[in-house]
Amino acid sequence: MIALAPPTQVPRWVTHVLVPVTNLLVAFVIAGIIIAAIGEDPFKAMKLLVLGAFGASDLIGFTLYYTTNFIFTGLAVAIAFHCGLFNIGGEGQAYVGGLGVGLVGLAFSGWPAPIVILIAIAASMAFGAAWAFIPGYLQAKRGSHVVITTIMFNFIAAAMITYLLVEVLIQPGQQAPQSREFDANAWLPFMHDVLRGIGINMGQSSLNLSFVIALIAAFLVWVFIWHTRWGYEIRTVGANQAAAVYAGISPSRNIILAMLISGGLAGMVGINEIIGVHHRLILDFPAGFGFVGIAVALMGRNHPLGIFFAALLFGMLYQGGSELSFDIPTITRDLVVVIQGLVILFSGAMEHVFRPHIIAAYIRIVGGRAVGAAAE
Amino acid sequence: MEEFFTMIVLIADATLRVSTPLILAALAGLYAERSGVVDIALEGKLLGAAFAAATVAAVTHSAWLGLAAGITFAVALAMIHAYACVTHKGDQVVSGMAINILVAGLGPTLALAWFRQGGQTPRVEGAARFHPWSWPGAEAVADIPVIGPIYFEIISGHNMFVYIAVLCVPLTAWVIYKTRFGLRLRAVGESPEAVDTAGISVDWMRYQALIVTGILCGIGGTYLSIAQNAGFLRNMSAGQGFIALAALIFGKWRPWPTMFACFLFAFTDAVQTRLQGVDIPGIGIIPVQFIQALPFALTVILLAGFVGKAVAPRASGIPYIKER
Repeated sequence: MIALAPPTQVPRWVTHVLVPVTNLLVAFVIAGIIIAAIGEDPFKAMKLLVLGAFGASDLIGFTLYYTTNFIFTGLAVAIAFHCGLFNIGGEGQAYVGGLGVGLVGLAFSGWPAPIVILIAIAASMAFGAAWAFIPGYLQAKRGSHVVITTIMFNFIAAAMITYLLVEVLIQPGQQAPQSREFDANAWLPFMHDVLRGIGINMGQSSLNLSFVIALIAAFLVWVFIWHTRWGYEIRTVGANQAAAVYAGISPSRNIILAMLISGGLAGMVGINEIIGVHHRLILDFPAGFGFVGIAVALMGRNHPLGIFFAALLFGMLYQGGSELSFDIPTITRDLVVVIQGLVILFSGAMEHVFRPHIIAAYIRIVGGRAVGAAAE
Repeated sequence: MEEFFTMIVLIADATLRVSTPLILAALAGLYAERSGVVDIALEGKLLGAAFAAATVAAVTHSAWLGLAAGITFAVALAMIHAYACVTHKGDQVVSGMAINILVAGLGPTLALAWFRQGGQTPRVEGAARFHPWSWPGAEAVADIPVIGPIYFEIISGHNMFVYIAVLCVPLTAWVIYKTRFGLRLRAVGESPEAVDTAGISVDWMRYQALIVTGILCGIGGTYLSIAQNAGFLRNMSAGQGFIALAALIFGKWRPWPTMFACFLFAFTDAVQTRLQGVDIPGIGIIPVQFIQALPFALTVILLAGFVGKAVAPRASGIPYIKER
């Protein structure tokens, strides 16, 4: 879906670092202009934002807690991208994945901790994958466009879980549509508790072991995409379906596989949110994390390492953004949503706008002759 | 019987009111998609126009200036989409997504900074708002059985925009099927190479289509904030842009069926509001959420090809790159 640029003779750091960083800078400059336009100082805001994200150990914890969600959803979008699919359904898949986690948390009361948690992790992936399976299957077998069906599935998921929480899973005698709290053995340990165990003091935050799971997931996705036959097949289908067919690779099988993995990864947001932080099933916990995944994958150029850094950046924006609103009341989390939109616009939709100019400038300044020679 | 008739009339009345932004946004999407540009940013344009209209109306106390601002802002958003996707061949879905997210954040941010009311605009009243039109004699005939309520509730007493939305349907059908512009528009969405060969600029056709998209979304968004409601609220479009997209697909990218799809979705919504908590014999209480999910579920079923087949314009979603 994202057209690959024609091969160029410039070094990789130009196309893989300079171009994305420029796109990102443009997004931030525009965000700065918006901050200035509403009468605040963009540099002061930036400083407060960074301090709010990294200024103390508990703040770092919250930053990494958001990062965890964005790693999951970023990887989810990326793996679908590799197969040429645009999975906008991360939001719904995360929601349904969280439903799976919640059902396990409610059903397996009193089971030993590691077993409940392992079942919950499996459920997050299975439920998320199941929610992505239908759009994947319809794309592969019936040609229904996955963008439209995943948008629709986001709304269906929201309606379904609202119904379940309001009518079925609600804690008896409570007004708020949320389930009862799980037994403590279904809770994923908080990072500050784990670290205290090995003698490191960290301020209390929402950061929990899901962060480690996210890092493992990122590594496994890297292995899967670039070092397995399945990953190769998925990338082949993404690059050229006709060529894949000639090579004996089934596009429909790989489309379904990519969507299953994508949904499973998005569903893992449920681990972080449901057994990591809230310890009960609540309404609207994905809170746009699925959509941030699109920005993260685009910025990270669909590579797990890039996704990690992009997720960290958005983790910083989310955490720093909410701290920022204490100091500057006119700047709220909404501004982070604006930045997110600008990043998607410039790193994704307008990625071709600056690219040729940057490459041309590089050739003019540095390597005109060398490139000329290489082209001959 | 009398009661049943009254209920039907009231539901029809509500259906018209709810379907207005859907029809406007769906027709907006129709122009874009018929020209070969996928536009999932109908939602963002509705919301953006709602914000711009309410802001300008609140400041100037003129609903008409609000409408102008709503249209201008929606067209500007459509032009960002055109610049990214038509001029620079960027990904249309990514661009649409970016616009949706950008607007979702920008509206509340600016509203908070300008009005300090928690991301809303102040209430607009009087001349800053579009009010329902009462048709001549509506009060007088209201008591006549059958015809009276129909005239009073369904035909008269709506906002200007309700009539505009319904009139836009035959207008769009005429433009799409009977004018030279419409022929070229359809051609550019099906076979841009052929249009290019005929010496017509593919890019300019798509720009024109997106301008129309912006205007229609601008009217729809204005209706949301200063006609149907009295001010801008956070996320007030509440997925209506996506329901409109669903209606467009449901109507198979044709004006009249698209309008009926909008009516259908608005009707289910109107019925749901009336039937909330009512125990229907033999069925029981229908959950609200079930009705809310219905438009989306129906669209997926249609897209899956189980009921009829929805085939998008052939070139939609594909940037046109001239052969060298």
